[in-house]
Amino acid sequence: MNTNTPSKLEKILAAGHLAVTSECGPPRGSDGEFVTKKAKMIKDHVDAINVTDNQTSVTRLCSLAACIHLKLMGVEPVLQMVTRDRNRIALQSDILGAASFDIYNILCLSGDHQIFGDNPHGQNVFDLDSINLVQTVRFMRDEAKFLGGEDIQRPPKMFVGAAANPFADPFEIRVRRLAKKIAAGAEFIQTQCVYNVEKFESWMKMARDRGLHEKTYILAGVTPLKSAGMARYMKNRVPGMDVPDGIVKRMSGVPKEKQPEEGIKICVETIQRLREVEGVRGFHIMAIEWEEKVPEIVERSGLYPRPEVV
Amino acid sequence: MIVAKQKPIEEIIEGVRDYEKILIAGCNECVTVCEAGGKKEVGILASALRMYFMNQGKNMKIDEVTLERQCDHEYLEELRKIIDRYDVVISLACGAGVQFMAEKYFRTRVLPGVDTCFMGVTEERGVWSERCQGCGKCILGETAGICPISRCAKRILNGPCGGSTKGKCEIDKELDCAWQLIIDRLNELGRLDDYEKIIPIKDWSTERAGGPRRVVREDLRL
Ligand code: SF4
Ligand code: SF4
Repeated sequence: MNTNTPSKLEKILAAGHLAVTSECGPPRGSDGEFVTKKAKMIKDHVDAINVTDNQTSVTRLCSLAACIHLKLMGVEPVLQMVTRDRNRIALQSDILGAASFDIYNILCLSGDHQIFGDNPHGQNVFDLDSINLVQTVRFMRDEAKFLGGEDIQRPPKMFVGAAANPFADPFEIRVRRLAKKIAAGAEFIQTQCVYNVEKFESWMKMARDRGLHEKTYILAGVTPLKSAGMARYMKNRVPGMDVPDGIVKRMSGVPKEKQPEEGIKICVETIQRLREVEGVRGFHIMAIEWEEKVPEIVERSGLYPRPEVV
Repeated sequence: MIVAKQKPIEEIIEGVRDYEKILIAGCNECVTVCEAGGKKEVGILASALRMYFMNQGKNMKIDEVTLERQCDHEYLEELRKIIDRYDVVISLACGAGVQFMAEKYFRTRVLPGVDTCFMGVTEERGVWSERCQGCGKCILGETAGICPISRCAKRILNGPCGGSTKGKCEIDKELDCAWQLIIDRLNELGRLDDYEKIIPIKDWSTERAGGPRRVVREDLRL
């Protein structure tokens, strides 16, 4: 088993298990228990928990601090880091801060534009983009150097990930973009939530045709729908989201009180179908403000118990 | 060109209300082309101010002048003989012109009459859009001639981000996604393979980040 870092997520993937990750959004306040409570609900059913970084540009408790809360309770965090708010000095510094707590996973993102958040009049940074950030973490880890060229004492040992959206426009570069992220050094990929399974499968096929599935671990993203309204919202309002009409119909075809169960069912079916797709190495379950359902989804998908690795 | 837009008349009035002798100075370059601060706009602003202050029963001397450029000593010098006749100058030049005027005529109050917006082009009559942020190290050769620094809302050098939808940017359905444009053009040029070349971490020291910039050409200096 070949691993580059002490990351539990990496070990599980390298051992050939299907990995399961989930995510937790920090609170809009300083209550650290908010994070640990959410984590307690799901920790036995997932291998690692992503912590979002001021998602949708709304100011929240910082991702790094939330990751430390998780780490201190024995949960494996994935530090999400966007390049919107920090320049290369701050990014490198936060990476070292995370490494000092032995946080072993990072997901590199550019981040939503600040116009969507609570400070639309603020400045954005974008000193680096997500691909540059992947390069940066790999450089700090593999070369044990800062971008400035100086040596790092006790370099960060981080398993480096990036996001991919198989559904975003323009479609002709979806796989090329994946290739680019891999070339930059992305060792795992978490995808946008999959509702359009056919389109995802054709993306995976194109990725396989280039052998990309052997160069990175691809975790398919899933999000259970709570209601028909949410399905419609995701379909029409969320940029880069592909919710086929069939899914919306299926959700609205059942009475309101049964819709949450239908959403879970769709999610479980999606996982069961995708786990058969060659190159899918795990799942990233994003149950937005619905974390309590993650254990059930994992169990019903046949992904429980989670493997032990040392 | 440098694109500017006229300031709201209320703001201009507030700025000059306490004075009596006003010079409105236009510029014959960029701001003329984008119809914000040329001779025509100088005339319109002068009439509007005259009318306003007349209605207020206030006697104001409001004169008009339009220089060839306000970013060159040569043309700004033309005002030297008359500048002392005025309490205040409203310059309709871009921010560079306003400042050069203020530097030169140190004891005269100079107010900006336009909001300077960006370096851009005339897309069609009445529509201007941004094309360049003067980053000091042009990468258009690597991006199919389309600038991601000025035209991508996140100035992403290896785009597009996940928010690009149907060719438009996540921040505005009316705004083209710069990376869609880059990809379309690479496609058209038969160079889509170039898309996979990673643009390295940019040196921003030639941009605003590096502090106020100068270009010095020793061969041209007198
Ligand atoms: S790359 Fe720099 S110099 Fe070239 S167009 Fe863009 S901002 Fe202007
Ligand atoms: S949608 Fe396109 S232009 Fe807008 S921020 Fe993303 S990559 Fe840039």
